[in-house]
Amino acid sequence: MVNSMVSPSTMKAVRESGAVPGSEYLLEVDDVRKEFPGVVALDNVKFKLRRGSVHALMGENGAGKSTLMKIVAGIYTPDSGSFKLRGVDIRLQNPLDALENGIAMIHQELNLMGPMTVAENIWIRREPVNMFGFVNHGEMRRRTQELFQRLNIEIDPTVEVGRLSVANRQMVEIAKAVSFDSDVLIMDEPTSALTEKEVKHLFTIIKALKGDGKGIIYITHKMNELFEIADEVSVFRDGKYIATKLSKDVTRDEIIRMMVGRDITQMFPKEMVPIGDVVLSVKNLTLNGIFKDVSFDVKAGEILGIAGLVGSGRSNIAETVFGVTPASSGTISIKGKELAVTSPSVAMANGMAFLTEDRKETGCFLLLDIQENTQMAVLQTKYVNFGFVQQHALGVDSKVMSDRLRVRTPDMQEPIINLSGGNQQKVLISRWLLTKPRILILDEPTRGIDVGAKAEIHRLVSELVKDGVAVIMISSEMPEVLGMSDRIMVVHEGRVTGFLDRKDADQVKIMELASH
Amino acid sequence: MSDQPASTGASTTGLSKVRRLPPEVSILGVLLGIILVFEILGWIFIGESFILNKQRISIIILQVAVIGIIAVGVTQVIITAGVDLSSGSIVGFTAMVAASFAQSAANSRAVFLDPFYAKFGLGWFVDSNPFWSILFGILCGLMLGLINGYIIAKTKIPPFIATLGMMVSVRGLAKWYTLGQPVALLNDSFTWFGQSFNVGGFPVPRPVIIFIFVAIICHVALTYTRYGKFTYAIGANPQAARVSGIDIGKHLVKVYAVAGLLSGLAGVMTAARAQSGQPGMGVAYELDAIAATVIGGTSLAGGVGRITGTFIGTIILGVVTSGFTFLQVGAYYQEIVKGIIIVTAVVIDQQRQNRRRKTS
Repeated sequence: MVNSMVSPSTMKAVRESGAVPGSEYLLEVDDVRKEFPGVVALDNVKFKLRRGSVHALMGENGAGKSTLMKIVAGIYTPDSGSFKLRGVDIRLQNPLDALENGIAMIHQELNLMGPMTVAENIWIRREPVNMFGFVNHGEMRRRTQELFQRLNIEIDPTVEVGRLSVANRQMVEIAKAVSFDSDVLIMDEPTSALTEKEVKHLFTIIKALKGDGKGIIYITHKMNELFEIADEVSVFRDGKYIATKLSKDVTRDEIIRMMVGRDITQMFPKEMVPIGDVVLSVKNLTLNGIFKDVSFDVKAGEILGIAGLVGSGRSNIAETVFGVTPASSGTISIKGKELAVTSPSVAMANGMAFLTEDRKETGCFLLLDIQENTQMAVLQTKYVNFGFVQQHALGVDSKVMSDRLRVRTPDMQEPIINLSGGNQQKVLISRWLLTKPRILILDEPTRGIDVGAKAEIHRLVSELVKDGVAVIMISSEMPEVLGMSDRIMVVHEGRVTGFLDRKDADQVKIMELASH
Repeated sequence: MSDQPASTGASTTGLSKVRRLPPEVSILGVLLGIILVFEILGWIFIGESFILNKQRISIIILQVAVIGIIAVGVTQVIITAGVDLSSGSIVGFTAMVAASFAQSAANSRAVFLDPFYAKFGLGWFVDSNPFWSILFGILCGLMLGLINGYIIAKTKIPPFIATLGMMVSVRGLAKWYTLGQPVALLNDSFTWFGQSFNVGGFPVPRPVIIFIFVAIICHVALTYTRYGKFTYAIGANPQAARVSGIDIGKHLVKVYAVAGLLSGLAGVMTAARAQSGQPGMGVAYELDAIAATVIGGTSLAGGVGRITGTFIGTIILGVVTSGFTFLQVGAYYQEIVKGIIIVTAVVIDQQRQNRRRKTS
């Protein structure tokens, strides 16, 4: 393989000379493997993209779709495997390499510069210049208009990107990708922020691109889109390739089964405990533009699982209940008493605790040590005398908590940054347990941590509910939600689409409610 | 969509029991190194000792006292990942205010004898107890610091901008107060605070005692109180601090108020030492204070820093200034080199942070 591999620059030269024979597949990826510390993100997967087709990628969160696409777009380099572009072996070094070889990725989070005009954004780094080396804005505008005409886009090239709607920004991104003469276009959930009409427009553009012989890789969670736009669909699960089908030959149910079809390993020490009275009651909770009319109850000793796709609003609901982003309307009551939860301190004063989804961004104080990380929440209310921290008592109790959670560290003065993800997570959980919460909200409590730590966290949650704590657990991992929850609330696009009892719930039902 | 593991720690646990030396040790090393260099150069070029000179040491510590008091406040602000540019102007204004309350009755042109102020009954304060000077000087600093804090907390504009505005306005306020006139002829009971007393033949300036006192109080506050813990938390990760229930706005008001108060105290000391108040006092002090803080190991990115480091950083600045004067290096060169030292300190700080990130 090494001998036949062509360097990107040679490849580019060959491509420019037009000498590359038109192979049937634009892109052939075979046996690709990618590991991250502790996780196999891609386990020898394959993928082929046909000329002039739309190929959908489906799979749960964490199935490996995004990792594969990042490899295709040159953001990651694979650990092993072969990668053929138009029938020629190639190894991409970086995203720019990919772009120059005709692979363009349209990111979920758009990469445009808001204060610059549409034309400037599209031609950045490739601005047409006049004989003095000055940017020729007229020419740039003309090229943009030409490009837009071809794609049937109606946007003024001179307007600032920051003033465009999300849909229009997406169009600009697509136009930019096309302007590189890309043959392979990767779209990562392009419709997640679009209205129905905008989706229609996007689809006409995609069809036009397809007609030009381009290959489009389309990552989506939406079944109906799949059947409307895709020619083929590949399903991934747990970093493994499952199957590729023609979309006309496959049914919705088949796809769901392929996406979730795995056994639930018995790693969730769920114990049935008596369930008490309603502790937290949420009614018609709304956060404008994010979620609407969310109502649910949680009882003492109960674990309410919240399932839904990333971006469905699950985490936003938790944040609002905890007062991080106060609600636009609706009520939150604790033990029958209605509360205005306007800030996290109000929530904490009423016995709530919230383990956030993003350990690094909103959880850890990475510069501080374990002791300081553990004590930060409880200092609001306890262990303080006339402003002075009772460091001794707090140190003892923190250590007890840390031992109970089996945090593996030489001592409490170790900077938290030196711990593994699982141990960091345990420190954050002990931060909240020190406050002795009655309602514990866990957002992705076991994301990105190893199996052992996962099991320990599950065991701990089971212990807590035995003491009558009400737990809300958000998780992208179906087995975790199914294994731990007494009831499951499914959220889709900011709305609750259903509740499932433990005995009725299975992955297919959740997927159906979560992807509508 | 995160197919990528979010785990941060690659090695499971840093089981090595090797404790890092406190960062102050390296800063102290730098200080001793600088002193050593001046000592050697002193013997070579001047033919006398740099450090074995009571007069010189007294001058060094007097010089650093005022900057040091400001730097102690600025350190707390910078730990929250903020910055305070208004300190120097607050020194100017509070020096004027303090001086105006301490003018001797022998001065027929005392500020409070002016009809504009006399009509508020302020004439009573002429030649009054220095308590009033100190109190009103500090209170003015506190007020201005509170305003800084409120603006930053409420409008959420960058502290750089909020305190830049304050810096410009308060300098104007200092000039307006006496329409640009200096406030002179202060009574002895006030200027007493700016003077030195003898300890075994060694002249110790009183501002130094106050500086050490302030440094100890603030060190204790940062290390042992909830106020301190929250200050570090906000700088280390504001989102995590918020989710932990910390009211960030309220806390920032406190931190900027403390910084303002200490600038006020520094203004009072400046007036007492110079035996007058001048509207141009304290120009660029904020930059010296920030420099001392940064040299002392406080990270501009927030979350890291200690008063002990700032204390040494302040002395380093003082030693460098004094050393160059001792070596008869021209004032212009001094400024050039001072700038280089500040930038070098930040570069080192940056690299230290990068290294920490890499080891994770």
